[in-house]
Amino acid sequence: MGLTLAEKILSQRVGHTVKAGQIVIAPVDVALTQDGTGPLAVRQLQKIGLEKVANPDNTILYIDHAAPSPRRELSNDHVLLREFAHKTGCRLSDVGAGVCHQLIAENYGAPGRVIIGADSHTCTAGALAAFATGMGSTDVAMGMALGKTWFRVPESIQVRITGKLPVGVYAKDIILYLIGMLGADGATYKALEFTGDAIATMPMAERLTLSNMAVEAGAKVGLIASDTVTKAYLEEQGRSGDYKPLSADEDAQYQKTMELDVSSLEPILAAPHTVDNTHTVSDLVGTPIDQVFIGSCTNGRLEDLAIVADIMKGGHVAPGVRCIVVPASRQVFVAALQKGYIETLVEAGAIILAPGCGPCVGVHEGILGDGEVSLNTSNRNFQGRLGNPQAFIYLGSPAVAAASALTGVITDPREVLNHAAGR
Amino acid sequence: MRQLKGKIWVFGDDIDTDAIIPARHLNTSVPRELALHCMEDADPTFAEKVGEGDIIVAGSNFGCGSSREHAPIAIKAAKVACVIAESFARIFYRNAINIGLPILECPEAVREAKEGHEVAVDLARGLVSNVTLQRTYNAVAFPEFMQAIIGAGGLIDFVKEGLEEGSRHG
Repeated sequence: MGLTLAEKILSQRVGHTVKAGQIVIAPVDVALTQDGTGPLAVRQLQKIGLEKVANPDNTILYIDHAAPSPRRELSNDHVLLREFAHKTGCRLSDVGAGVCHQLIAENYGAPGRVIIGADSHTCTAGALAAFATGMGSTDVAMGMALGKTWFRVPESIQVRITGKLPVGVYAKDIILYLIGMLGADGATYKALEFTGDAIATMPMAERLTLSNMAVEAGAKVGLIASDTVTKAYLEEQGRSGDYKPLSADEDAQYQKTMELDVSSLEPILAAPHTVDNTHTVSDLVGTPIDQVFIGSCTNGRLEDLAIVADIMKGGHVAPGVRCIVVPASRQVFVAALQKGYIETLVEAGAIILAPGCGPCVGVHEGILGDGEVSLNTSNRNFQGRLGNPQAFIYLGSPAVAAASALTGVITDPREVLNHAAGR
Repeated sequence: MRQLKGKIWVFGDDIDTDAIIPARHLNTSVPRELALHCMEDADPTFAEKVGEGDIIVAGSNFGCGSSREHAPIAIKAAKVACVIAESFARIFYRNAINIGLPILECPEAVREAKEGHEVAVDLARGLVSNVTLQRTYNAVAFPEFMQAIIGAGGLIDFVKEGLEEGSRHG
């Protein structure tokens, strides 16, 4: 009987065949924390006098959540992380480098690797066929120190995505639609494995968006087989040696298979206050917004900024609306500068912030006022997420965000894009 | 392992970790400071009302969202004895065990529980008793090693005990 991609990666890493339901101890290839969870991980290790890491070159402490720091308590936590990195020789990714998951994709994600991170969106690197999953600080601390961790091998849900996406509809709309179907706990403890011809032709930037949000349905990982797109991406990042072909067996056993034909999919948004509260854009058109946030590990990549710049070029952010754009990494920022996207966006009235998580987690930058509404390209719209429980958050694609920034109300991007195509 | 018994506080489905401890309060990982904001975005008055040994009862997918371990730490530091839910999100489940917060999945008990009921929990036997309704429900008992981790106060203290034990014998 064949193996799912989740079973295959873990089998290869533990050295013998393992199946869903088994508990395994697997080597940790890459371990990461961020500045929200890292200080707790460090303190846990200090508590038992275990201030060492097993693989310093593949252990990274990212400072991205409150970067630059808005308050001294957080600045002190950043100092703690820098000191720990200095003491143990592990890597530190400091303020301005970007969001951990984007940087993992650029620098560490590769087929067959086991990646654990003290951040729930660690599953992003599943787009590169890595078994990448989020855990808490204590689990990751032990993984950092010992170079191994335990997993229950997850059952897999195969999601077969077929058809050609219509103009103005993206991976973000696919994953929001799927989460609406599955519910916020529809894949709890499970692996989501994305397959089908729509995946085969999907660029890496969009694959990362799909895998990123697997956890919003409760999934442990969101996996995509490696292929020519993976190979080209790793080459682009100067890591062609990290490529290897890896996919599920033809006769793999899935807990279930879901089929989704995307050829008539519409732009999808999640309305307050849960990610599975999904609606087509037509249900929400005209809803007034106060802020737009374009960025995050979900949608802060160059391809996203290209879509946004294309829509906003020559236009201007609506009066009374703040449009905050945060490139996901320094690499993305530099490329967006070179391509002129940043100039276009600034001229259109957008605010550009340093690469990092930006407003997404609500500790600084872009906290909402009482009753205010934000439209975000990020992955969570929980009550209080943007720092104020009296505010409201919608989630959508960069195209929806850009089109809406120009009008000040939720807007169907296909109107703008069709108009542009006819120019 | 001691029996837990307390007044219950009832919450709905999909209580996320941002509601349990909002990121705006993550300027610290000191448990007693986190406890002051426990459950703040689900019930702003919870931290004032909750008493030592009380029990949280919630619907499905409790603890979904962010991996922040500060969430179970805040609940434990608020002196909540146990969380009973229809189901837990994956990362929260591991985090709770790792920091020594007892949690149990017991959908039947959740469905019949009303705020203010008194509930008793026997972790070793996996039993939940609604004292007010005089009903007992079966949950899955914790394996011994998980009871030992919780008994030690969490994984770190568990490992520390093991290391000290080892050095005494070594």
